[in-house]
Amino acid sequence: MVFPGSNCDRDVAVAIEQASGRPPAMVWHRETDLPAVDLIVLPGGFAYGDYLRAGAMAARSPVMAEVVRRAEDGVAVLGLCNGFQILTECGLLPGVLMRNRDLRFLCKDVTLRVESADSPFTGRYAAGQILRMPIAHNDGNYFVGDEVIDRLEGEGRVAFRYCAADGSTDESQAPNGARHSIAGLFNQRRTVLGLMPHPERAADPALGGVDGRLLFDSLVEALS
Amino acid sequence: MTAGAHAVGADIALAHGLTREEYARVVTLLGRAPNLTELGIFSAMWSEHCSYKSSRKWLRGLPTTAPWVICGPGENAGVIDIGDGQAVVFKMESHNHPSYIEPYQGAATGVGGILRDVFTMGARPIANLNCLRFGSPEHPKTRHLVNGVVAGIGGYGNCIGVPTVAGELTFDARYDGNILVNAMTVGVADAARIFYAKATGVGSPVVYVGSKTGRDGIHGAAMASAAFGDDTEEKRPTVQVGDPFTEKLLLEACLELMATDSIVGIQDMGAAGLTSSAVEMAAKGEGGIELDLDQVPVRETGMTPYEIMLSESQERMLMVLRPGAEESARRIFEKWELDFAVIGSNSATRWSATCR
Repeated sequence: MVFPGSNCDRDVAVAIEQASGRPPAMVWHRETDLPAVDLIVLPGGFAYGDYLRAGAMAARSPVMAEVVRRAEDGVAVLGLCNGFQILTECGLLPGVLMRNRDLRFLCKDVTLRVESADSPFTGRYAAGQILRMPIAHNDGNYFVGDEVIDRLEGEGRVAFRYCAADGSTDESQAPNGARHSIAGLFNQRRTVLGLMPHPERAADPALGGVDGRLLFDSLVEALS
Repeated sequence: MTAGAHAVGADIALAHGLTREEYARVVTLLGRAPNLTELGIFSAMWSEHCSYKSSRKWLRGLPTTAPWVICGPGENAGVIDIGDGQAVVFKMESHNHPSYIEPYQGAATGVGGILRDVFTMGARPIANLNCLRFGSPEHPKTRHLVNGVVAGIGGYGNCIGVPTVAGELTFDARYDGNILVNAMTVGVADAARIFYAKATGVGSPVVYVGSKTGRDGIHGAAMASAAFGDDTEEKRPTVQVGDPFTEKLLLEACLELMATDSIVGIQDMGAAGLTSSAVEMAAKGEGGIELDLDQVPVRETGMTPYEIMLSESQERMLMVLRPGAEESARRIFEKWELDFAVIGSNSATRWSATCR
């Protein structure tokens, strides 16, 4: 998907082509119909300039009605950074991504712990594996109420958590203040993933890391 | 420009930052006293910011020619051949005065301006850099200026999706009253597809794209060339306010149009806005330009020709298109939800800029 203000769309396209050997279709946000696809990616960036609230206007773009329909049919949907914000705004994932705890834009590498390898997005990782990926966001402070977060944990829907180098997690140490250090979250069927870090920026040795590459490899393996 | 306009005298010219000698030269060139719009145009074009009248002799000492130089000084940005059919396009510019008056917007629009300069040449910007000089850390203004400038540079680049990859920073008391904010953008283009700000082809349509024209930044170029006094705060309205989201749309729309064969010449509207873009394009094409200011998309009602010609509203471009390419170009800019208006045409009258 390309929204006005998306700016990681080309990076994701490169990562997908690298993993699958095929260039993805780039779909403009005004489309109301989608080609037959195995995966929909909502890329990072500043859809609609983040005006009003990050992801809020993009969630109401014409194409999103069809994205939600496809997601309900079980098509895999990956939302990265701004894409994660759009997923919470359109209701495919619960909760909200609030302004970072320290009210500062964060742009740095973080360590992540893989919480579940049992999904089309994470099959090539191992549970407990520690990864390094960049974050670059103002609004990554994931929040939901107590009742919902207990349910999410109970259903094993946390995909990735921010962690220390030794893999330990501590909510007070999450870079953005996210509840339960949540960096990535599945829907109930694990066919939708929202992820604040940027795997597409860690998918080539020239970019300084390849830990994100397995996410795209996992998708290719699971969906082909 | 003629009809109904009242001639203005040397006192108004002095208030615009022109010297008495420069005013006398305007009168000689026109063969009469200028009206207010004409005076505004001359004062903007002859400001240090647009003409480099005092720094030119130093700039002349820099090396600018080599076998790998595709385009040296004089265009929106420099172009270097890097082999494999590719070229690097780069631009560095200062935004010192605006950043001192309003650090966040001053620095942000500095970045916005050079990004525009780079994609105007047909390149996709890939990296931003900066070189900053602030006053002593103990100076009461320094913290405010550093915070604003750093956030402005980072914020604008981040929103448009171009990373800030390197920078250099020094503090010294000699910069207490006059900080230096230099920003640089690097882009990559096809060496065979570089675009220039040259308006050729008599009758070719002159097209305005991007944001609407507002009353912001009027006389920013003249302000940026003046010395600071006690009226620094009063000058805040001469600082432009940037919108990186619109610039991102403009970047994508321009690159999409550049992939077709529609553009004859293209120039961004930076300092001195429509004035400098129109005059520079006409001069480079060794022709003239005719503009119908009623066709310029405006943000407010009742804007005067003076305001329209001198507004420094950000995220705007002027293009000369191949005749007949207007409609396909319009569709691209409408897709990206940007304004698009044919506002004039090239004329054969050398060195003339005619406004209706």
